[in-house]
Amino acid sequence: MPKQTFILNGEKVTVTVEDDVRLLWVLRDILGVTGPKYGCGINVCKACTSHINGKAFNPCSVRVGDLQSDDEVTTIEGLADTAPGPGLHPMQKAWIDRDVAQCGYCQPGQIMEAVALVRRLQKEGRPLRESDFDSIRNICRCGTYTRIREAIEQGARAMGRS
Amino acid sequence: MTTPTVETTTSDHEDGPGGVERRRFLGYVLAGTTLAVAADLSLGTPKAMAAIPSAPQISDVYDLEDLQTDAALPTSALISITIRENGTAHFEFPRAEVGQGIITSTAMIIAEELDLPVRRVEVTLAPARPELLLNQLTGGSNTTFSTYTPVRVAAALARQQLLAAAAIELGTTADRLVTIAGVVRDPLTGQSRSYGDLAVSAASQVLKTVEVALRPEKDFKVIGKPHSRLDAHDAVTGAKRFTTDLKVPNALPTMVCRAPQHQGTPKRLLNRSQILRMPGVTHVAQVPTGIAVRARTFGQCIDAVRAMRVEWNAGPADGQSDATVLKALRAAELPLVVPSTPLTQTIDVDVAFAFRSSAALETYSAIADVRPDRAEIWAGLKVPILAQQNIAQMAGLPQDKVKVHVITSGGSFGHKLFSDHALEAATISKAMGVPVKLMWHRADEPRQGRLHPMATSRVRASILAGQVVSFEQRHTSVVTDFSHGLGEILTSTADELPTGLGGYGFSQSIFLLTQQLPYNFGVVTQLLNETDGAFKTGSMRNIYSPDVAVAAELAIDQIAKALKVDPVEFRTAHLKDPRVVKVLETVAKAGRWGRRLPKGVAQGVAVHKEYKGCTAVLVELDCRPTTVNRDLGPETVTGPRVTKAVIAVDPGLVINPRGLEAQMQGGFMDGLALTLTSSCHLRDGKFLEASWDNYFYTRQWNVPPQVEVHIVDSGVTTPGGAGEAAVGTSAAAVACAYARATGRIPEMFPINHGTISFKPKTFVPPIPPAPTNGLKTAR
Ligand code: FES
Ligand code: FES
Repeated sequence: MPKQTFILNGEKVTVTVEDDVRLLWVLRDILGVTGPKYGCGINVCKACTSHINGKAFNPCSVRVGDLQSDDEVTTIEGLADTAPGPGLHPMQKAWIDRDVAQCGYCQPGQIMEAVALVRRLQKEGRPLRESDFDSIRNICRCGTYTRIREAIEQGARAMGRS
Repeated sequence: MTTPTVETTTSDHEDGPGGVERRRFLGYVLAGTTLAVAADLSLGTPKAMAAIPSAPQISDVYDLEDLQTDAALPTSALISITIRENGTAHFEFPRAEVGQGIITSTAMIIAEELDLPVRRVEVTLAPARPELLLNQLTGGSNTTFSTYTPVRVAAALARQQLLAAAAIELGTTADRLVTIAGVVRDPLTGQSRSYGDLAVSAASQVLKTVEVALRPEKDFKVIGKPHSRLDAHDAVTGAKRFTTDLKVPNALPTMVCRAPQHQGTPKRLLNRSQILRMPGVTHVAQVPTGIAVRARTFGQCIDAVRAMRVEWNAGPADGQSDATVLKALRAAELPLVVPSTPLTQTIDVDVAFAFRSSAALETYSAIADVRPDRAEIWAGLKVPILAQQNIAQMAGLPQDKVKVHVITSGGSFGHKLFSDHALEAATISKAMGVPVKLMWHRADEPRQGRLHPMATSRVRASILAGQVVSFEQRHTSVVTDFSHGLGEILTSTADELPTGLGGYGFSQSIFLLTQQLPYNFGVVTQLLNETDGAFKTGSMRNIYSPDVAVAAELAIDQIAKALKVDPVEFRTAHLKDPRVVKVLETVAKAGRWGRRLPKGVAQGVAVHKEYKGCTAVLVELDCRPTTVNRDLGPETVTGPRVTKAVIAVDPGLVINPRGLEAQMQGGFMDGLALTLTSSCHLRDGKFLEASWDNYFYTRQWNVPPQVEVHIVDSGVTTPGGAGEAAVGTSAAAVACAYARATGRIPEMFPINHGTISFKPKTFVPPIPPAPTNGLKTAR
């Protein structure tokens, strides 16, 4: 069986598993990293959203064999370490401040998507607009969308300051 | 439980210098190593009235919450709070947390009576406790209503015992001591003892019955103040554990290959040895619901399910489609009986509602370890006792050999009232002889999971000389499955129900217990008839109310129009209850009812009364072509957009306004989806939907940019239900706005049901392949 090597939340990991197993299952079932959630398995619900080299992506739709050994995968568990200073990432803080989560199942994916969105805006050098929310495809079946919007606005401001 | 239960009594009592009367309750100090107190779960329940007057509807005087609460009486049992040596209080809650925030609100109630910071109250979910019988059912928004008083009594008793213990240690009397944030202090000497210090000395060797008074509402410091969820940190760091996140030794990923047709069953697997040779696969077993496979990863289960060649038996809905089900419903409609005369004007509204899926974002999942002599189950379950019974029966084990752990769920919406997932996991574990971690594929949910039944709702109102003299509603629905326990509650309380319910079946009774037309319209009848079920149905969030409210409120707008009265003015003039008038006035004012809007944009308003509370919703809906035709890419349903939603709620006593606001916002998103976008299509016994790109639950691009929630305080001192209160009102307000913006009432809800906006995914194999382009779509 092939060995798969990549960087997970800042640490190099090697797993022995077939190339075509999707990364989500390597994370959850083999490595026990359960922050990324399953909601569809076909890149639709975005519950599994994590980061690859700083960009949002969906590990349910990536073969583990397609990763390079220097690819940096960040899950919700590793997000806080990507922000300067101790404690949580500013987006996680905004999420707690707005008391966004209901059941919480979608929230790791929502936060990872939000952080990537704000990074994109920072690169483009423009502020968050109402229409940017339309680009967020993450489902929240508890309907926390209103507070997600408020938290993204707050988190975006905080990310701009750090 | 060996503790004897004692008849609960209350007495009035002079309290303090002001002589304020406070009700006193009996509680129990349990024998234990640290202080443990208990109260009877049936405390403080209002008694049912012996008979009901003819004018109010049944649910006006006795509703679903009363029924569930009364179910406690014959099977009363204790709930207990323990004070630990580290100064924390622990309460094992016989309810399920599915996202509605009851752990936080219950911790707040305990913190209030106990004078302990909320953070130091630990509320965990109790495993199945058979002695509680149906007292362990989370549904119908009943939790806080039924547990508020018993939880307060237990917490107040704990404080009283701590004070008594401190008085002995400090050489004084309890009435000279005060409690602050988990510490007992003597203000005169400045001496103090923490609850942790007192946990052991306050403990009792024997069971004692003790009288206790509750804190007066005016002194509340925690209840009624906004509080964030206790699990907020875990939820944003990925630390919150759901069923499939649990690590149970050897419980490997397991999935099921299911029939193409709804509830079809397997004949046989044709390529068993090929499947067993696939990478990662350890076991394959045929079970009544399909062919199960267990493997090292869920990804390998998906591959195995897709590779299976299976012969299937047709499902019970073989040959049926939306059109045939609708035809059967039409044929079963009960007649409207008020005759139209030359003097009366009649208003008729006749609408249909498609099947909808109550699936949460977390698919059905359960861990099961069934051995010859015992079984252990982990799952999100709202009625764990029924799961325990069903599994014991399936496995041929005594009920006490089945341990059922209740795990916090990724949403329920009625879905987890059933134990389908737990029973299926147990069946598979038994068949394979190994522990399994079962997870449904997303495609399994709308196709094989629980559905909100298709229904029609007809309303006829008669107007005579400018007055509404009758209002008849006939709701006709594919049968709703209540076999999860609400039905059993009805059986067990049948004798105590108010006169007039005895003769109805379960569904009819629940219909009558939940429906409450809050208007004075002369002769009001709301009746349910059901057609036979070939479908796996359930009581989706708010059960019948969204559909019933949509039809009724649409009719009310039509009546107002016929009488040339403004819809808000008309409602205000006919509402029976000043509390409902208040919430309506609140949204009308805050939402600036009647303001000028461009053509194609309209306001809509609706009210709903249920679960001891009431709500009003006002929306502005943009139906202009530029909005309706917004193109945001494939399989992205846009359509009319609510640009603003104003919600007012009077839930009775508010425990946690921040949690209540969240429930209102979430309930609104549900109501919005029910009216505009989300439904399941039946074709030849198969449901076409297979994922969120087919089943159009509200997404960010449908969310109103502006959502306001107003909490109206009516001074009521008992909490009502909040988990479902906004769904029906929101669905109705959006429907009314749509009718006003477009000038027509749709025949079918959701309004987009007539268009299939997606390409149906594969039926054989029953689940779609996992894409491989995830790196290309990185953003
Ligand atoms: S599970 Fe990855 S997008 Fe849904
Ligand atoms: S919080 Fe439950 S799905 Fe989003």
